[in-house]
Amino acid sequence: MVTGFTGLLTVTVFLPAAGALALLLLARSDRAARLLAFAVGVAELALSLVVFFGFQRGGERFQWVDRLPWFASETLNASYFLGVDGLSAPLVLLTGLLGLCAVLASWRITLRVREHFAWLLLLQTAVLGVFTSLDLLLFFLFWELELLPMYMLIAIWGGGRKEYSAMKFLIFTITGSAFMLVAIVAVFLTPQVGTFDMTQLLAHGVGLSGADLLLPASALFWLFFLAFAIKLPVWPLHTWLPDAHTDAPTAGSVMLAGVLLKMGGYGLLRINVGIFHQQTQQFAWALMALGVISVLYGAVVTIRQTDLKRLIAYSSVSHMGLVLVGIASVQVGLGELTDTGLSGAAMQLFTHGTITGLLFLAVGLVYDKAHTRYIPDLGGLANRMPLVAIAFLIAGLASLGLPGLSGFVSELLVFLGGFQAYPWPTALAVLGIILAAGYILWMMERCLFGAARERFDHLTDASFVEALPLVLLIIVIVAVGVYPAPLTQVFQAGLAPMVDAFR
Amino acid sequence: MTLHDLYLLSPYVATAGMGILVVLLDLVTPRKSLLAAVAVLGVLVAGALTLVQLLDMGGILGGPGLPNLVSDGGVLAGSLSVDRFALFFNFLILAALGLVVLASTDYLRRMPGHQGEYLGLLLFSATGMMMLSAATELITIYIALELTTLPLAALAAFLLTGRSTEAGMKYLIIGAISSAVMLYGMALVFGFTGSTSLEGIAASFRVPAQQDVPFGSYAMLAGVALMLAGFGFKIAAAPFQMWVPDVYEGAPVPVVAFLSVASKAAGFAVLLRVFYTGFLDYDVDWGALLAILAAASMTVGNLAALGQSNIRRLLGYSTIAHAGYILVGVAAVAGVAYSPGAGPAFTTFGPSSVLFYLAAYLAANLTAFIAIIAISNRIESDRISDYAGLVRRSPFLAITLALALVALIGVPPTSIFIAKLYVFTAAVKSGLAWLALAGVINSVISAYYYIRIVRVMFLDAPPSAERIPVPVPSRVALAVVAIATVAIGVAPGLLLTAAEGAVKALAGVAR
Repeated sequence: MVTGFTGLLTVTVFLPAAGALALLLLARSDRAARLLAFAVGVAELALSLVVFFGFQRGGERFQWVDRLPWFASETLNASYFLGVDGLSAPLVLLTGLLGLCAVLASWRITLRVREHFAWLLLLQTAVLGVFTSLDLLLFFLFWELELLPMYMLIAIWGGGRKEYSAMKFLIFTITGSAFMLVAIVAVFLTPQVGTFDMTQLLAHGVGLSGADLLLPASALFWLFFLAFAIKLPVWPLHTWLPDAHTDAPTAGSVMLAGVLLKMGGYGLLRINVGIFHQQTQQFAWALMALGVISVLYGAVVTIRQTDLKRLIAYSSVSHMGLVLVGIASVQVGLGELTDTGLSGAAMQLFTHGTITGLLFLAVGLVYDKAHTRYIPDLGGLANRMPLVAIAFLIAGLASLGLPGLSGFVSELLVFLGGFQAYPWPTALAVLGIILAAGYILWMMERCLFGAARERFDHLTDASFVEALPLVLLIIVIVAVGVYPAPLTQVFQAGLAPMVDAFR
Repeated sequence: MTLHDLYLLSPYVATAGMGILVVLLDLVTPRKSLLAAVAVLGVLVAGALTLVQLLDMGGILGGPGLPNLVSDGGVLAGSLSVDRFALFFNFLILAALGLVVLASTDYLRRMPGHQGEYLGLLLFSATGMMMLSAATELITIYIALELTTLPLAALAAFLLTGRSTEAGMKYLIIGAISSAVMLYGMALVFGFTGSTSLEGIAASFRVPAQQDVPFGSYAMLAGVALMLAGFGFKIAAAPFQMWVPDVYEGAPVPVVAFLSVASKAAGFAVLLRVFYTGFLDYDVDWGALLAILAAASMTVGNLAALGQSNIRRLLGYSTIAHAGYILVGVAAVAGVAYSPGAGPAFTTFGPSSVLFYLAAYLAANLTAFIAIIAISNRIESDRISDYAGLVRRSPFLAITLALALVALIGVPPTSIFIAKLYVFTAAVKSGLAWLALAGVINSVISAYYYIRIVRVMFLDAPPSAERIPVPVPSRVALAVVAIATVAIGVAPGLLLTAAEGAVKALAGVAR
């Protein structure tokens, strides 16, 4: 049994929540609130860097473990159990990175400032908790904790039909988590299991496919899958996403696309792949089909969008479909396994987080200044705001998978894995990337280039505070694109034991 | 009756005695604020006596070897049993009473001249509830039930407004009908088992010849069903829920708060005791019957709550839904799925989940109601739309009320999350996975109407910038229950152990 208490993850997870509380109680002015949130964001980034770079690739599977008994009785018991492995450490880093970006992106908010930063920080705690929990009940607790902050961010600081979108987001997510709860309970009640400890479940995953399960293992697999598929989102459960994205404020969109969707992908990798080996292999074809449909459907619908945010939202559906393609490719042939696709899926979580984060930041700036996201109204922005345009361009090129930028690495890995397992469906999925090149370049052309419009003459480029997160993310995107090894190696360190467990 | 009996009865005597004292004091003292203090003192004394009894049994964490203070026969010729189970409910009911008294100090000014009666009736009703949870004999159950119901009917009508009188009348009449029905059920059960004590009833089921009386099985079934109808009224479960919305809307808010948590707890206490002590060997699957009631109750409550615009009516329907969730735990006559053919092997799972849920619900629902008491004192309206922008007018009230509503959905890390987890786990373990799934789906539906209130409070513009003051006693009570709501969710260990220990006092669970 894994035990210990180093405290690093506890601090990392709860520092934002503590910051939120301090904001509400101590910050007397909006300026103080902003600075406090910024300080917490910087501290979080530093902590997440320590978590990521302090992770020993050759060491224990789970590191930085914090474990305390939570409650124990005759009938129920759970532990407070945090820890990271190669799969979650990069996602912690991603959350630290985008958390700071989200704080900077909401620098100019004037409505209920203290509350805004408090919800934003609480959201960060919830997401970090999901990525680091190694107890199923604690995992579920953090999974649900994320709901209310995101609801509030969309419903109060959003635009358009914000309340409708926020409620839709809430109902979809809570429905998914209801299925997950039933599955968690059923796993716990299985006599041979009797624990919420994920490390034990991961270690003895195969044992779950025995006949003594309370519900059939395939039912459990799909219950978990539903919860994560709604979050990812997978076609046809994606309909909440375009609404939520379109109406969320910039910081909300960044967090939503950057890290919240990744909770779904992380759940699929950690629980569906990690625990239900047989079922993952058995239903790989279904995952593949859903993945390919998501990729293609997302891409086709994206082309038709005229709202910048909606466009990026649908492109997310398309790109997250690749995660499923990567997962489905775990089994190459009879008994032959590969972790190429899985690493691609995990990498896709990280790279898509940074790329979409950057896209939403850029769109947010465009909207702040030009007051429209309607593509036909935009044009020639590159002349007026070169910095924003460059960021937009880099994010777009990374999104369509240009070599040298981060998106290429993950997509390549996914397709390499996919071609070994399902050549034809993967070929179809590649079509999605060609479509992506189409919609991204076309969107760039219509927004950034072309004749400068008179009514945009007054526009100014990004200020220092606005440019900071852009630069931060560009550095990450280029760095991962040029030298992905540190990241891929950590992911592979996390995924290797999972693939080994299949054998 | 010996001195030891008196010691065992002391919490009830203290509560009722303080009730009488409050009424008498009201006649002689001009300082009405003294009355509430005396009532709180009564709660503290009764609580202290209960604590002494609990320590006598070895404390909360004491081993299962000492479930009972009386070796055999019980108190007053076996009509009451002072065991861990009863003590658990003593604490629950006294806590609810104390908090409601604290929260109603400001509200009391609306009813000048009757403060003594108000507090006295509350104390009498609480005495009835406490006795109800200890009663082990049908006639005592009936008497305790009447002692619970009659003061509450008077209290419901206390405002003397049209709506309040209607609420009192409805509660009285429907209460009277349901107790008549229940009495008929008790008579049938007595007729075919020859005993009014739960032990005796249980024993008669173990004699096969007893069940061969012509038409006996049908009469027993009718008896059990009619008794269940009576209990259904107390716990506000469908289809005996008709009185709930009107009473919740019309009665004074503190009374509703008390009714919603304490009366429900007492109802479930007697339900558990009767079914898990008396009817365990009855060869009809009453677990399935309760499961159907549970599913009906949560569905009816949740669907009706969706369209409500009055917060008290909404919480009325919500309480019906929660009665359904709690019934899931009662229906979870555990172990059936694991020992086919060997007869049900009873575990602590189902009953202890009920106890845990009741405590968790007490914290969350009282948080909601104490906030509503403070709000309605100022804005004099129960319309949800009038709660617009509450976060601007009183952040404390808005945040605590939002916490309570989120807790009522069952979102972690609040008390009801663990409670629902516990109840649904018990259901799955007893082979009632469909019921757990129904409960989970219902929880999702309920999110919609609870969050709607949060939305109005946090998102809409306030009609006026006027602050809403919260008197100090209410502030204290609200802080206590709000902290409890989170604390039970974050650290449920102690309460889990206490609930598991308490249900072992039930004859059926211990074996």
